[in-house]
Amino acid sequence: MSSQTPLPVVTPERVLAGLCLAVPIVAMLWVSSYAKADPGLGGMPFFYWYQLAWVPVSAVFTVGAYLLINRDEKARRAARPAAPKGGEQE
Amino acid sequence: MKDVNWVALTVFLLFFAVVSVMGFLASRWRRADNALHLDEWGLGGRSFGTWITWFLLGGDLYTAYTFIAVPAAIYATGAGGFFAVPYTIIAYPLVFLFLPRLWSVSRVHGYVTPADFVRGRYGSRGLSLAVALTGILATMPYIALQLVGIQAVLDVLGVGGSGNWFMKDLPLFLAFGVLAAYTYSSGLRAPALIAFVKDTLVYIVIIVAVIYIPMRLGGYAHVFDSAAQKFSAPGSKGSLIVGPKAQWTYATLALGSALALFMYPHSVTGVLASKSRNTVRRNMAIMPAYSLMLGLLALLGFMAIAAGVGKGIKGYNNQLAVPQLFEDMFPDWFTGVAFAAIGIGALVPAAIMSIAAANLFTRNVYKEFVNPAATPADETKVAKVASLLVKVGALVFVLLMDKQFAINLQLLGGLWILQTAVSIVAGLFTRWFHRWALLAGWAVGMAYGTWKAYGISSAATKHFGGNSAEIPVIGQIGYIGLTAFVLNLAVAVVLTLVLKAAKAPEGVDETDRADYTADAGDRAVEDAPQPAAAH
Repeated sequence: MSSQTPLPVVTPERVLAGLCLAVPIVAMLWVSSYAKADPGLGGMPFFYWYQLAWVPVSAVFTVGAYLLINRDEKARRAARPAAPKGGEQE
Repeated sequence: MKDVNWVALTVFLLFFAVVSVMGFLASRWRRADNALHLDEWGLGGRSFGTWITWFLLGGDLYTAYTFIAVPAAIYATGAGGFFAVPYTIIAYPLVFLFLPRLWSVSRVHGYVTPADFVRGRYGSRGLSLAVALTGILATMPYIALQLVGIQAVLDVLGVGGSGNWFMKDLPLFLAFGVLAAYTYSSGLRAPALIAFVKDTLVYIVIIVAVIYIPMRLGGYAHVFDSAAQKFSAPGSKGSLIVGPKAQWTYATLALGSALALFMYPHSVTGVLASKSRNTVRRNMAIMPAYSLMLGLLALLGFMAIAAGVGKGIKGYNNQLAVPQLFEDMFPDWFTGVAFAAIGIGALVPAAIMSIAAANLFTRNVYKEFVNPAATPADETKVAKVASLLVKVGALVFVLLMDKQFAINLQLLGGLWILQTAVSIVAGLFTRWFHRWALLAGWAVGMAYGTWKAYGISSAATKHFGGNSAEIPVIGQIGYIGLTAFVLNLAVAVVLTLVLKAAKAPEGVDETDRADYTADAGDRAVEDAPQPAAAH
């Protein structure tokens, strides 16, 4: 724990995490991109299977954001002068 | 009156008995030393790890009413009802940004409700009261609708629904009496424990339903063909795919509902009961498992169409579509399992909602305005009684008022609770907004939304018949709640500028920058006032 300067507000991890979170939101709000019947999948119109498929995909993006933010918070704790106990568990 | 389905009823009662015993035993589960503290009764000691939180939140957010209403909407209107899926997809990435901050600041300062946070952040009793009352108001009809969910199941089972008013509603009284008793004695631990049973049952039933029912009906292709046929018939109000004119409605409903979801007091209760910041974040990544289930469940609405449920019956109650589908398709014993899933699915959220409303009343009305000297033990006593009153209120509501009224109010509840988002979410990041401006914005949003909704009529009801209307300026049809939210935000921004220029008193902020990122193990958390779970 050296006395480094605190990390800036905007770090690559935070930007990437923000993007990870924004992707599913934008994809779902862009209704015209999926409001159609074809191509169907096993008898299910595109409209339905596409949105259902986004459920696990969105979870993958959120996991990505989680890992990135975790990294960022660890770095911030390490950079904090006189870090409180228990911040690091490695 | 239709015949009682004895096999299904027996299975249903068996599960009900099991969870009731669990509910009472829950008070001994992970018990802390200080059982009289509100953190214990009302937040389960703030000790729940990732998996318990996952089951608890899942049991809390995906309610029996959701299981009935989402497929019912699909059954009646087709694609429009499917907005529940993008709504739950959007919700978790959206709240990922601010819920960990709410957890941290609440942990450091011992906040139990969102209104506690608003009180501490802005030093405003008025704004805190507005947030608390909105929360209680939005939660009450939601609890009432859980009862409607149980009623639908009992109806299809053949019990209740006839005879004099007392016999008719006796099963409902019994179910609710048991629920009230174990919530009273065990607090949040009861629904947390029962949620394991509920969610397991729900997963089993949905997985079986989406495989078995289409097999019996001739495959998904046939299911969607039947639905397409129904919606292409002249005079049909639905559609299989969202039409160009309905896309704004679809997107704004998804966004507005997603933003509102974690403003509900019962959602916040579930989040604050978790033991660390990362527990909250991890849950945002694993909650979509429930959304997938919800999406599959929604398709049951189409299966009900393909199975001919309610076909040719004028004024068929859409809410009965899915329970009826289960009874028609499944063997009796499995119908019992499915109905148990719905029934228990009503008990878990009803318990958490009544606890959340009781916490709001106790902390933000009773302690704030009636008895500021209340000790934590007093708070717990008041909250326990309040949880009973809330449930009785919901019961009276369902029995005396029109069911349609409960549905209308629940739609309004979503719109109302969304108006607290400006104070809460903005407050987690900045103290820029002025408390009076936020209060004015809230009032404008509430008034505008209610007024707009009042003007919508539908086949079933003269007022409050829907949740979307033309968005001013944009000219598209959109979710009223979101329009009201934007208006609310605009008022808050403009008035903040005015009030700052006028140098109006800002109020005391008792929180500190570091509070918003504090985590379990930090000194700020270890030294937090009333650390309930730490000893």
